Amino acid sequence: MSLFLHRLRQMARMMVGMPDYDAYLRHMAEHHPERAPMDRIAFFRERQEARYGGKNGGKCC
Amino acid sequence: MTRHIPWILIAIVGAAALSVVAVSRGEAVNALWIVVAAVSSFLVAYRYYALYIARTVMRLDPSRATPAIRRADGLDYVATDRTVLFGHHFAAIAGAGPLVGPVLAAQMGYLPGTLWIIAGVVLAGAVQDFMVLFISMRRDGKSLGELIRMEMGQVAGTIALFGAFMIMIIILAVLALIVVKALAESPWGMFTVAATVPLAMVMGAYTRWIRPGRIGEVSLLGLVGLLAAIIYGQSISLSPVWGPIFTFTPLQLCWILIGYGAVASVLPVWLLLAPRDYLSTFLKIGAIAALAIGIVIMAPPLKMHAVTQFANGNGPVWSGGLFPFLFITIACGAVSGFHALIASGTTPKLIASEAHAPMIGYGAMLMEAFVAIMALVGASILDPGVYFTMNSPAAVIGKDAASAAAAVTAMGFPVTPDLILQTAKDVGEHSIISRAGGAPTLAVAMAEIFSHVVGGPAMKAFWYHFAILFEALFILTAVDAGTRAGRFMLQDLIALAVPSFKETKSMAPGIVATALTVAAWGFFLYQGVTDPLGGVNTLWPVFGISNQMLAAMALMLGTAVLFRMKQDRFAWVTMIPTAWLLICTLSAGFLKLFSADIAVGFLAHAAKFSTAAAQGEVLAPAKSMAEMEAIIFNDRVDAGLVAIFLFVVLAVLFFTVRTCLAARKVAAPTAREIPAQLVPAE
Repeated sequence: MSLFLHRLRQMARMMVGMPDYDAYLRHMAEHHPERAPMDRIAFFRERQEARYGGKNGGKCC
Repeated sequence: MTRHIPWILIAIVGAAALSVVAVSRGEAVNALWIVVAAVSSFLVAYRYYALYIARTVMRLDPSRATPAIRRADGLDYVATDRTVLFGHHFAAIAGAGPLVGPVLAAQMGYLPGTLWIIAGVVLAGAVQDFMVLFISMRRDGKSLGELIRMEMGQVAGTIALFGAFMIMIIILAVLALIVVKALAESPWGMFTVAATVPLAMVMGAYTRWIRPGRIGEVSLLGLVGLLAAIIYGQSISLSPVWGPIFTFTPLQLCWILIGYGAVASVLPVWLLLAPRDYLSTFLKIGAIAALAIGIVIMAPPLKMHAVTQFANGNGPVWSGGLFPFLFITIACGAVSGFHALIASGTTPKLIASEAHAPMIGYGAMLMEAFVAIMALVGASILDPGVYFTMNSPAAVIGKDAASAAAAVTAMGFPVTPDLILQTAKDVGEHSIISRAGGAPTLAVAMAEIFSHVVGGPAMKAFWYHFAILFEALFILTAVDAGTRAGRFMLQDLIALAVPSFKETKSMAPGIVATALTVAAWGFFLYQGVTDPLGGVNTLWPVFGISNQMLAAMALMLGTAVLFRMKQDRFAWVTMIPTAWLLICTLSAGFLKLFSADIAVGFLAHAAKFSTAAAQGEVLAPAKSMAEMEAIIFNDRVDAGLVAIFLFVVLAVLFFTVRTCLAARKVAAPTAREIPAQLVPAE
């Protein structure tokens, strides 16, 4: 059940283009341990700009 | 063999439901038959056709690393759970198109639309989305323009990019026109939609400074605000002071929207665009789910005829015969070229395994077609008299209930002035006459369905404005996001001639490109709003043609890639839908240009008016010589636009044929895929 809710939450966030922050941390720890990862707020802002900045082709009709 | 038995049963149920829908005459058919026919067809198509394409045509390889694995960065490239990605992709492709097209198509009856949505999505629409996703997934998630350039050459890529920009302009104009049609003379609707601007800004400030990143929290907050806006909207609309302040003519709304588009697209994204996108996305998904549940609970009978006399052409909602214009009108619900931009956008960078591609590419499009089916059901459960009253232009049925009832009854759809007035009163509007554009019609249907489930007749007005708000909200988000995307496309295009235009550091190119984009869609919006035939009549077919042409271009890319993979013996999978889309769009395009019927052909219409103007005559609906000139000018611009689309699609066809012939001469595959790399072992 909690897995289901977790998925649902992830799906809702991904519907508005917000990937999982924990997955990002895991990726950084595994592949770039020497670099400091963005904190949660910086990550949120970076992703928001990336989605809505206009270079992603916009929305569908 | 036993594993096929359930699927055979589903196929039999689907075929039975479809024959009930197709054969019944005289007595009302229940809407659930259409739903069952569609869902079973989709399930069987997904189980067999999508799998066939995946295994045999594309030869998907789950052991081959996707861009999300090879280029993982935790940001753009993230291997994502497939149900989560399905949600992401579906939310990106679902928009106003599949809701509006089928509503307009209902003027020919529910049967032609139902059959085309089912056949079109299975054989063309879902194949297109799936194919583009596949091609992009094998090429680092590159965009459609880049893919065409990679596989068919620089010139083809540039032509396609230019075509995509023009299509974007028309889409923005049509979407904005739908909002104008829905909000004109409707203080309640106008207030609720206007209230979303400050509401979104408060949400933006909340996610920026107070609780950054709390999307769920802020969306719930926003939802409360929205519901309050709908509820207070009623008192506002009845107030003698505030009512008139929020009452706008279509022309005023047109200028408001143009100004809005210009300002909103240069504001920081966190302030307005992002928070409103949260609201519109969740509201859209919620409303679609609620509509599905509502239709199942209510199980309404269809009141529209299976096939109306307008299947021969001369319909009041849009002009032209069933072939080719039905296929142009339904557009997004069956095949949408725009999805090629999404399937080559963020989705291919997020897909975790090639094995997920059928569910995301093919499956999400089936879901979109299901939304289109629900919109068609919605339009068809309304009294046909009410449907034609709402969707016929004022030039045909007049502006008051008596004239509208007389005109629509004369069409063969009996309706009384009382019913027209009562329907308007039920949904809390001054008038429902000539509210073309699809959104108001669908909102009346949704009010009918939702109030049956929750709240009864007293809640109809609330649900009507809820539905209008939900449509207007995601259209405004699309206008804002589309203007930004159009700006970058234009900058790329201009940079081909003036390289410094791509400069993103200086402000000037961005502002110039934004202004040009807004001016371009604003021009077509203004033309649509001032069009005496209602605008939708003129612009929707142009939009449909352009959208289906983009789809044809994407399928041509798919064909070229299959030839270059030396899979040409399976290329019929993309060639059949390409051929059909080319037949429909080219003949619709030629009719729009050269038909002698002035209701269809732009040039014939222009010729009639310019002949009259030369003799000093003023033809209705123009009231002055200046209006005559405007009509002639608009006709010629529209004709030019259709000619551009025809040129683009024929050029891409030429490059496709050339690419395929070249590929056949070479023995080895020439497709430019990123070389296979195995998924690393865990």
